[in-house]
Amino acid sequence: MSIPSPRLDPQVPAGPVASAWQRCRESLPLISPSRKQRLRILVVGSGLAGASAAASLAEQGYRVRVLTYHDSPRRAHSVAAQGGINAARNYANDGDSVERLFRDTLKGGDFRAREAGCHRLAEISGAIIDQCVAQGVPFAREYGGTLANRSFGGALVSRTFYARGQTGQQLLYGAYQAMLRQVAAGRVELLHRRDMLDLIVHDGVARGVVCRHQASGELEVLTADAVLLATGGYSNVYYLSTNALKSNATAIWRAHLRGACFANPCYTQIHPTCIPSGDAHQSKLTLMSESLRNDGRIWLPMRKGDARPPAAIPQEERDYFLERQYPTYGNLVPRDLASRRARELCLQGRGVGPGGRSVYLDLADAIARDGEAAIEARYGNLLEMYERISGDDPRTTPMRIYPAPHYTMGGLWVDYHLMSTVPGLFVLGEANFSEHGANRLGASALMQGLADGYFIAPATVTGWLAERPGGELASDHPACREALTAVQARITALRSTRGSQPVDVFHRLLGHLMIEACGISRRGDHLRAALTDLETLRLRFLEEVRIPEPVSVLDGELEKALRLEDFFGLADLMLRDALEREESCGAHFREEHQTASGEARRDDDRFAHIAAWEHRPGGTPLRHTEPLAFQSIRPSQRNYR
Amino acid sequence: MKQNEAPLAGLPRRAGQGSGIARILDDLGPFRRRAALTMSTVSLTLRIWRQAGPSASGGFETHALEAVPTDLSLLEALDLLNERLIAAGERPVGFEHDCREGICGSCGFLVNGQAQGPQRATSVCQLYLRQFRDGDVLTLEPFRARAFTVLEDLAVDRAALDRIIAAGGYCSVNTGSAPEANALLIGRDQAARAFDAATCIGCGACVASCRNASASLFVAAKLAHLGQLPQGQPERRQRARAMQAQMRAEGFGSCSSNLECEAVCPKQISADWISWMHRESWRPV
Repeated sequence: MSIPSPRLDPQVPAGPVASAWQRCRESLPLISPSRKQRLRILVVGSGLAGASAAASLAEQGYRVRVLTYHDSPRRAHSVAAQGGINAARNYANDGDSVERLFRDTLKGGDFRAREAGCHRLAEISGAIIDQCVAQGVPFAREYGGTLANRSFGGALVSRTFYARGQTGQQLLYGAYQAMLRQVAAGRVELLHRRDMLDLIVHDGVARGVVCRHQASGELEVLTADAVLLATGGYSNVYYLSTNALKSNATAIWRAHLRGACFANPCYTQIHPTCIPSGDAHQSKLTLMSESLRNDGRIWLPMRKGDARPPAAIPQEERDYFLERQYPTYGNLVPRDLASRRARELCLQGRGVGPGGRSVYLDLADAIARDGEAAIEARYGNLLEMYERISGDDPRTTPMRIYPAPHYTMGGLWVDYHLMSTVPGLFVLGEANFSEHGANRLGASALMQGLADGYFIAPATVTGWLAERPGGELASDHPACREALTAVQARITALRSTRGSQPVDVFHRLLGHLMIEACGISRRGDHLRAALTDLETLRLRFLEEVRIPEPVSVLDGELEKALRLEDFFGLADLMLRDALEREESCGAHFREEHQTASGEARRDDDRFAHIAAWEHRPGGTPLRHTEPLAFQSIRPSQRNYR
Repeated sequence: MKQNEAPLAGLPRRAGQGSGIARILDDLGPFRRRAALTMSTVSLTLRIWRQAGPSASGGFETHALEAVPTDLSLLEALDLLNERLIAAGERPVGFEHDCREGICGSCGFLVNGQAQGPQRATSVCQLYLRQFRDGDVLTLEPFRARAFTVLEDLAVDRAALDRIIAAGGYCSVNTGSAPEANALLIGRDQAARAFDAATCIGCGACVASCRNASASLFVAAKLAHLGQLPQGQPERRQRARAMQAQMRAEGFGSCSSNLECEAVCPKQISADWISWMHRESWRPV
């Protein structure tokens, strides 16, 4: 089933890792300013990666078109990132360096990422901060006026730059404003409310997209000399996640069906500290910053089914399970361990709250130690947010938390130039399979999105275009007509269903199936059973869904149905990938592959590779592999006990 | 009781189907029932503005929501209503939303005449039903302003705000040309004041609450963000003029000095920035 494929040429320059990016950049061909003005680049998505790429490419002189499904590019989900952005600047004089950030990234990803890619990310990280500061991003400052840094997610150094709890928002607005400056200059054309529904491929090369204008329902063909997808992650395959409700996988999934290999789809990150789900109609899970684990103690009642309110449970009847199981790290163990231990106990019937699906995170000891004012100052807006959503005051009652899907490391396979297996199709940010390997470090998502958009894609897209003849496809070219017809047929098929159920009913069921089978913890027999159940559910969706006839401008149910159909396809691939990866690594935990103490057991002999899946029309997907080799560090096995 | 099982109600089990789906239904059954026992509920009447398109005429439509759990958000209650409307073959209520944690700025409508609803410093996605009393009547209307066209029901077109930013809401710095970040010292308080203004989420509540439908708070927030930082100085005066001119060109009115904008702003941006903006016009070149 696993075939090392010549298709997957990572294009990493030979030689030492530390100078690979410099050598790559210097070897890339350039394009004259006058020729750039004749080349058109299509960017799908307006988040950190998309907006920064669009702005940077337009500044170079290209004609850029940006598609967003929002009413404004500023709504992109990057806006919700709270924590911060890493950069190896060593402003804290605590021993940080490019080398250390590189090694932390590789190690954090559990040795399932490309070495050269991780190194490049660490190298570029400093220039991102420079760029954002120059744009006016109001980062936190010290009294002396220098930039403030904090340690984040268990890092031993302080390398995280932040803007209160709204770092993503401020970085996004920086990129958004840079892009709108190019709109005013006439070099970026912004197309609002467009859903990309297919990729146009001619002679094996990406030449454009088919999109649907949400406010008119019209299908449009947009052609270009290069297509960049920056469309984010797919955590919403789980229905309930910390993602915005419209975040979806359609753009990358449709590109996959047109020939782009999908890498490591089973690598999904679950965040341990989220406000749990209560009612069946809850629409999303809200992330509570991980920093709460610095002061909060996580516990459950000792006794199964103990229904007493938390205050009535005496100390000796409480189980501070992380402190008990990990005496050294306690409540600060990595995200996946914290999530897995909580889930295990809840499955044993020891969980609290509605349905027994949460654990307590208790600030009482911290308040007793530091005083309420100090805790309030540290977490003020978080406490308020929790109180608003749950109705409980976290200053007097322990918070209830539960893990939630948060980020997807998997995505379209790209080479070192961020180009997919379809030439001319580049993939940026969370949408690609990225440098995060099997697990992402805190505060590294923003770094990767902006590295791709501001610095990497502008160099490599130019390198690719320089060797192409150029010239867009006519919009009535057979390849465009074929894609357009295929999209029309899909919409007609969905509309002709004579069912009675709204789309969300099926999305909820899909989410439940996926979180149980392919969430925090996975095992072979469950994954196999889920593959069958998934197909049953997919067929029922196609038979029983109802898409109301459009009588108004917006057609939200059709949009949701198109997205859900693609989530079904992706879910199938995730299950297959999780099944084939017979090891535990990073966020991918297979119960069959653990040590006696419950630690993940990696299998470097068999699985030190990237799995990239090829779609075969009418057949099962084919798993290719790109082997991973490490020059600078020897893979080690982690142990937090 | 029925409502708490709504996602599964109407999706009847079938004999012989994959055991997994049956398992999921069994899993969820007791979970929902147990949840329902502890859940408090509220009954509300929603009077919702219905308008099928920008040129269609609109009017209010009344829907009753009986015994909905108070743990739901107002938007989740609208989701619930929409599922029922769809099942009944009717047109669902159109409204904008995305992140549902108050940061993307997509959502926003009037609740009983108040932009972004009755709770301070909150957008409508962060309103939970426990804030309302049993029997309350909630009137939901779209933001109304000449520059905001109603697209459908509660959804309006706010592209005018993007055009105001495009007119000058940035620092003109190309990628790659930035100096070393710490070469520029910015005092902690100064950075904090710039941040306070920069938190605007572009939801448009300030416009909807102003009797002149002015976008002054939106424009002032961006001017104050960039104008207080050294990076924003070179283009400060030109930015202030261009953005205010674009605001007028889009059909937004002048500041009405009623300060409703500040009262409804989900990010609590101070209307003092509007005075600050007016002073900008008097700055010497």
